[in-house]
This record gives sequence, C-alpha cells and structure tokens, in this order.
Amino acid sequence: MPPTENTPTTASASSSPAIEFTDVEKSFGPTTVLKNLNFTVAPGERVTLIGPSGSGKTTILRLVMTLEELTDGYIFVDGQPLTFENRGGKRVELPKKRTREMTTRIGMVFQQFNLFPNMTVLENIIEAPVHVLGKSKAEASKEAKELLERVGLADKADAHPTRLSGGQQQRVAIARALAMSPEILLLDEVTSALDPELVGDVLGVLRDIAETTDITMLLVTHEMQFARDVSHRVMMFDGGQVLEEGPPDQIFNNPQHERTRSFLSSVL
Amino acid sequence: MWNWEFAVEALPILLRGFVNTLIATVVGTVIAAILGLILAVAIRGLPRWINWLVRLLVAFVRNTPLVVQLLFVYYAFSDIPGLVDVPALVIGFIVIGIHYSTYMSESYRAGIDSVPPGQFEAATALSLPPVRTFTAIVLPQALRATIPSLGNYAVAMFKDTPFLFAISVVELVTAAKNFGGSTFAYTEAFTLAGIIFLAASYPTSLLIQRLDRRLATY
Repeated sequence: MPPTENTPTTASASSSPAIEFTDVEKSFGPTTVLKNLNFTVAPGERVTLIGPSGSGKTTILRLVMTLEELTDGYIFVDGQPLTFENRGGKRVELPKKRTREMTTRIGMVFQQFNLFPNMTVLENIIEAPVHVLGKSKAEASKEAKELLERVGLADKADAHPTRLSGGQQQRVAIARALAMSPEILLLDEVTSALDPELVGDVLGVLRDIAETTDITMLLVTHEMQFARDVSHRVMMFDGGQVLEEGPPDQIFNNPQHERTRSFLSSVL
Repeated sequence: MWNWEFAVEALPILLRGFVNTLIATVVGTVIAAILGLILAVAIRGLPRWINWLVRLLVAFVRNTPLVVQLLFVYYAFSDIPGLVDVPALVIGFIVIGIHYSTYMSESYRAGIDSVPPGQFEAATALSLPPVRTFTAIVLPQALRATIPSLGNYAVAMFKDTPFLFAISVVELVTAAKNFGGSTFAYTEAFTLAGIIFLAASYPTSLLIQRLDRRLATY
C-alpha cells in the first residue's frame, strides 16, 4: 500500500466515529496514566499509536477492549457508549451484558498471542463464533478454515497451539479475532514477542487484511516501516497526552516536536 | 510364628473388608472432588455472610481430627428419627468426603489461580460470557494443575479409611483385627492388611506421577 494514501476508503453510512474517547482518564492507584484524553478514529481508519513505553498506548487499547476500567470519561464505539454512559449528567456504568454486546464488534490480538492451549487451532477460532454469535459448528468451522487458509496455516487446524511457532500462533490469533468479523481490530505489539525471522509472516498477514478489508485498526507497534505503510494516521503519545498527530509521512519525515524527533531517532 | 494356614484363611475375610475400604475411598473421593470444586468456585458469588459461614465450617473441619468428626456425626445423627437406619459405611464416606473436600478446594483454587491472566483477557476480547469462559477455558486448564494433587489426596484418604473402625465399619484393618481376635493370628492378619494397602496405593501413586508428567504438557 502506498504511503500516500492517507484517507480511509470506507463509505460508512453512519457518521459516528468508530471509536471516540471523551475526557478519558485512567489511573492505576495513585498513578495517572491518561488524563483528559480526547480523540476519534473514523470508520475504516488505521491509526498507529507510537511513543515511549509507559506513555499509555497499550492502556488505550486495553480500555477499548474493556480489559481495564475507565477511571473517568467515556468511550464510544459507533457512537454508542461502551462501558459508561452519561444519564442526565450522571456517569452510569452499563450492564456487563450490554458492554459484552458492544465488544463483539471489537477484536484484539495480543503481544503474547493468548491462544487457549486446551483447544486445537480450529477450536480456538470457532469458540466465540459458536458461543457468542450462535453460529453452527459446521458454519463456523468452514469460515475458520477459510481464515486459516488466508493466514497460511490451513494444515494446522487440528494442531494444538503449543506445537506451533510463535509466528504461527500469532497468525492463528489473528484468524481467531477475524472470525468474529470485527469492525474494529486492536493490535497490541503483535510482533514484539516474536523471533525476528517470524515477524515478516505476521506483518504480511496484517498488510493483507489492511489492503483487502475496511476494518478499523488501532495499533501499537515498534515496527515503524509497517506503521508507515499501513496507517492513515500516526499519533505520538507522551505522558498520557497526544503530543502530535498526522499522516505517517508528516510524523516520520517532518516531526514538529523535539520529543517526537528524539523518540523516532531512538527506534528507527 | 508365621502360619501359612492362618494367612490363607485370613485372605478372603480381609478382602471382604477391603471392599468396604474401596467403597469408602472411591465414593469419598467423588464427594470430595465435587464438593471441593463447589467450595472453591460457587461460594465466590454468594453473599458475604454465607461466605464467612462456609469458611468457618472449612476451618472447623480442617482443624479437628477425622475420628472426632466420624464419631460426632455417627452419634449425633443416630438420635434423629429416620436417620437411625443409615448404614455406618454411608456416614463414613460422607464424612470422609466432606473432610477431604476442604483440602481439595485449596487445590482447585491453586489450579484456577495458575491460569494466566492472558487467558481471561483473550476470553474478554472474544466477548465470551463468564460461564463459558469458566467451563471451556479456565476449568480445563485448572484441572490439569489440580488432578495430580486430587489423586494424592485420594491416596491419603485411602490410608485414612481405617478410622472408620470408630463407627464400626468393617473395613480392611478392622477385618484384620477381628480375625486376629478370634484366631490370635494377629501377625498374619496385619501383615496381609499392610500388603494389601501397599499393593493398592503404590501403583496408584506411580500412576498419579505419570499422569502429572503427561498433564504438564499439551
């Protein structure tokens, strides 16, 4: 994908952003990680979060996936509240079941893969389509095999995850996330735990998804070339704030802030 | 000294007693395994005061001797009309099962705690409901870590069954004692009893060790 293509290509019917953070605050005990954070991600947009470790990038993904609880503020997905809503000026937590309905639109791939070791590759992939979306096993298996084909692991359907290499496990994890047909895909340093020679396969799969689907992507990565190639927008975080943002060309070639320049020179 | 005639005579009597030992162990283990899981899991969602009450009962069961519990239940419940006819063996495996459930619940809890947080996070990311997450992901992984220790408790329970003599269940050791009492062939009777115990529990321990190794990897 040419880096010049910087606008999301989806013609989404809804005018709501795919993801919207409104006055988000997140603290872990006395430590405030995110404060007064506001940003939106358009449907079909691919946004990369960069910044030094501890700047809150991963926390943002985890908040969207409801793996962390919001300390304050709101997150909206497709314009609908995710975990808390404002009811007549009062901040009210949504029922867990409602939040779970919302998260079916969101998929996440983790740094450590987190495949279920007690299930085969195929069982890993069909677990949620069968037990969350209510698909039949036959239908889910058929789709799972197509996804495995797509990530280049058609022959591993009946293998157990522990028998696979890290790169293969991560491609299964990507297939597992895609099996839920998510509108939003969160990628949390998905290549960081991989041996260097296995990174390429995983990134290749992700490039393919970026090129052939209109899934909204929010990614945290240290693979700057990959970020440059697939993102529409790059957001530089520091101290829980957006320091600067823009198209990858602008951020990588002509950063405005000294902090961004020094960060990029340390990772590139 | 050692009399082979007595030994041959004792063996079928002892094996009949051993049947009661086995029944108490197997049924007791089933009760302990199920109740232990309930103690480890189900009480988490209960109101605080029930939780507190259960924990008090668990502490009570763990900190009093099994014999005392057997005698207490045997005599206390024999006063209740309608329960008079409950066989001592039934009281035996229920009490021994409850006793060991308090230990097995700890094994379950440790097993559940050994499931990495990433597994729960992946389940959340897939929007799996809590019950499905527990039954399909957490429990199968926790059991791998738990089953060997449940097996060890089952062997320990097996070796505790002689306490059932206190409530007049004729298990292996009581059968040996009775045989000795009527023939004075105590040496033959108890030697055989020991051999039968060894013959049953040693292979079981080896089996558990092998199981442990097999469960360690997927």
